[in-house]
Amino acid sequence: MAERAAVVGIGQTRYKTRRNDVSIAGLLREAVDRALEDADVSFADIDAVIIGKAPDMFEGVIMPESYLVDALGAMGKPMLRVHTAGSVGGSTAIVAASHVQSGTFKRVLTVTFEKQSESNAMWALSTPQPFSVHLNAGAGGYFAPIIREYIRRSGAPDDVGIKVAVKDRRHGARNPLAHLQLPDITEQEVRDSMMLWDPLRFLEACPSSDGACAMVIAAEDSITGSKPPAWIRGVAMRSEPTMYAGREEVNPQAGRDCAADVYAQAGITNPRKDLDCAEIYVPFSWYEPMWLENLGFAAEGEGWKLTVEGATSLDAGGDIPWNCSGGVLSSNPIGASGMIRFAEAARQVRGDAGAHQVEGARLAMGHAYGGGAQFFAMWIVGADKG
Amino acid sequence: MREIAVVAYSQSPCVADAGATNEVELIMPQLQAVYSQLGLASAQDVDFVCSGSCDYLQGAAFAFVAGVDALGAVPPIKESHVEMDAAWALYEAILKIRMGHADSALIYGFGKSSPGELPIVLSQRLDPYYLAPLWLDTVSLAALQARLLLDQGLVSESDMAAVVARSRRNAMGNPLAQLAGEFSIEDLLAEEHFVAPLRRADCCPVSDGAAAMVIATVEQARAWGAPYARITGIDQRIENHNPCLRDLTDSVSTRQAAAAAGVHRGPVDVAEIYAPFSHQEILLTRALGLDDSTLVNPGGGVLAGNLMMASGLSRVGEVFRRIVDGKAGRGVAHATSGPCLQHNLVAVLEGA
Repeated sequence: MAERAAVVGIGQTRYKTRRNDVSIAGLLREAVDRALEDADVSFADIDAVIIGKAPDMFEGVIMPESYLVDALGAMGKPMLRVHTAGSVGGSTAIVAASHVQSGTFKRVLTVTFEKQSESNAMWALSTPQPFSVHLNAGAGGYFAPIIREYIRRSGAPDDVGIKVAVKDRRHGARNPLAHLQLPDITEQEVRDSMMLWDPLRFLEACPSSDGACAMVIAAEDSITGSKPPAWIRGVAMRSEPTMYAGREEVNPQAGRDCAADVYAQAGITNPRKDLDCAEIYVPFSWYEPMWLENLGFAAEGEGWKLTVEGATSLDAGGDIPWNCSGGVLSSNPIGASGMIRFAEAARQVRGDAGAHQVEGARLAMGHAYGGGAQFFAMWIVGADKG
Repeated sequence: MREIAVVAYSQSPCVADAGATNEVELIMPQLQAVYSQLGLASAQDVDFVCSGSCDYLQGAAFAFVAGVDALGAVPPIKESHVEMDAAWALYEAILKIRMGHADSALIYGFGKSSPGELPIVLSQRLDPYYLAPLWLDTVSLAALQARLLLDQGLVSESDMAAVVARSRRNAMGNPLAQLAGEFSIEDLLAEEHFVAPLRRADCCPVSDGAAAMVIATVEQARAWGAPYARITGIDQRIENHNPCLRDLTDSVSTRQAAAAAGVHRGPVDVAEIYAPFSHQEILLTRALGLDDSTLVNPGGGVLAGNLMMASGLSRVGEVFRRIVDGKAGRGVAHATSGPCLQHNLVAVLEGA
């Protein structure tokens, strides 16, 4: 019933620790200008603007979209601001797509960003709340016990996380926009890096980045640009509470349900076989094997074997490369990180991924998660309309 | 395009200080109320959930995450959130239904503004380089706008007092209102200025509370057998942020949204206008193109109680309620956000 829609323009900034050379508006504008140019359209061709980012405390500006209106060419247009925790980049893409898929608009601009250098995410995540236990854990501290439980259950060897850290950084070295450029990284180097939250070492964690990612999404009769469109073949979101009795935190139900929903829309029955590549939200190394299982690329307890075999590695010629762009482990402007996954999946099926292109990619998945691994957003994009 | 209707709505009382009641406790009674209007058990019985809230009211990143605890999202649900008034969550939910990914949606908004100083907190919504460092609060910005309207002879202080007097009088029939009573224009004008030319009564109070709504396709509404009001138009537009770079004596984005929503395609029996300051009600009534034939804010509007992040959704809900109660056939709801009416949403509701 939904109208067909496709990604026709993608723009990203270079990701780095501090972008002191630009304002927040300047950062977004860099990505937006590139996306408009990629789609060969101007602001006049855009019907609505959909913006997303992680908590406003990450920059210390309440609802920054208010002030970003003129920089985003949104004057006199509908605007929506999405905020769904770490999954927000993906959710924003999905909400933007709904503007077109609902038949309401022909062409929309969507942009997500984080300028982490403006504030301190660790502080922003740790403000004390009345009647609640005060946590100063940050995200790594929250996820480490869940990862340990995964290792206990699966019996995975202790170097799986190290292998993921190396693989994604080598992928990232193919992507000139990636924050971390570590072409010569070794497993020993990762092993020797500081243990932050056992079993996560420093080099097994994502960096903290400034950056923005934008896309132009258009209806079937409004396709522009010289590159092939990436057709949106399925969209899905799921949420569950952070905590409840009996919650499966290692392999969350919300992730499994979300994947089943998006696969059904795209006609996927075997994701490892049917998809050519995937951009999956892996901010900490061990989440690759965990999500391989959660998303049905491997049976429960078997995900780590794909990593060890090199199945997810572009360099090893794996059959299902994950995070060819370098992933969240190479660049993490939090609010944009989900949209980067969605946009990188689109770049692959457009055949426009440069040195990290998976040859002949026709069908790809973008994935984002957030909160205590409780919010999920996923889409499937294809070179074919489907 | 699929026809969509409002089928249930509830709002908490507007209170100055909800005390130890937390956000989840503010939301839950409203969810229970809309479920009971439809005979639903929980959020599991709708296809999509979308909420609106602001982290800075709670002083916590991810304020909406706890809100999910109010939903009973086990098994997992399809859910989203906007960092906006819940009227824009309604907008997102309508798109989701139009595209066929849902036949029904639960929408809620909540705000507990009492722990902070809301006008000062919201000064940090201004652009971080030029305006936010001035700590320019929302009341002062509205006062500048009122001054422009007065100086240009577009409103008078007694016009503004008349808006307040009518709000307070209408609120006497609204058990959820925070401020109500019989006041003459003379009484109100005799009060001192608060931030000149605004008197305290020209400014909405700061309120704690929540609102919830269920919308659905007309087919689903009929299947539930509950009275409903069709949403026959909805649009939202934003303007430049900087108050120096737009005409503060008009609301261009409200005019644009009203035209796109089709306000003028029929008579408007009732209008619920989100005007946090008295002069803004006059300005918005003009921008919406309404005349004396329209009843404006019959429950007192937000001058009688203003739930940040929920009041916009409530405007839609109040029009729905008057239509299903048979007091109106066609109504207009308006929501606003940002300094001096920067961003405006207009919805048209009509009887079944």
